Amino acid sequence: MPYPEELVKPMREELTGIGVKELKDAAEVDAFLGVKSGTALVVVNSVCGCAAGAARPGVALALKHASKPDRVATVFAGQDTEAVAKARGYFADFPPSSPSLALFKDGQVVHFVPRHAIEGKTPQQVAAELSAAFDKHCGKAATG
Amino acid sequence: MGTFHSDKGDLHGITVVVDTSGKQVFIGRCEEVTPVAVILNDAESHEEGSEGKSKDDFIRRAAQIGIWPKLARVAVPRGEVASIRRLGEIPLG
Repeated sequence: MPYPEELVKPMREELTGIGVKELKDAAEVDAFLGVKSGTALVVVNSVCGCAAGAARPGVALALKHASKPDRVATVFAGQDTEAVAKARGYFADFPPSSPSLALFKDGQVVHFVPRHAIEGKTPQQVAAELSAAFDKHCGKAATG
Repeated sequence: MGTFHSDKGDLHGITVVVDTSGKQVFIGRCEEVTPVAVILNDAESHEEGSEGKSKDDFIRRAAQIGIWPKLARVAVPRGEVASIRRLGEIPLG
């Protein structure tokens, strides 16, 4: 059962406020991930404080890094179920978990951070791992 | 942004590996560790040698990509528990 929207809104805004595009349904996910060229990061957001509390600020920090994906989007697990199911179809080789982070290059997943790799980490640690993946797979670009 | 979880111990909400003294190992999101059982949500279990994989093989794979939850909730009796580790602390490779 979804959490009340007023509770979730600040968690959405933590990402949308830094330019991350929120995908609310399957069509929006297909429009975003259907583009097979370049790099894209998908953040599976979650209410869970154990991990999402570090994931969101970690993503925010990582997006200040010199290297970053061409495009960044988010879906919200437990809230926007259609969008999340559709997004997970694009990284179906990885078990579902939230929060999680999937980095795509030319339509392929090149780096995946599952929930258990975020649990117990600080935002700085999450950002460091993500930034290393950006350095490996992305050029310098604007978010959006 | 804070957590919505109540105080159920340090491992509440954390993905853990619960190894047993027998053939079974369980990986799942820890709900609670009680004197009676370790309670996991969204868990997967593996039996030593099943599908040609040892318990260590299963744990290493889970550490890389996570688990496919097959058990909505499972209680592992404390008397059978050999160790509890955070999956995120298992070395990759």
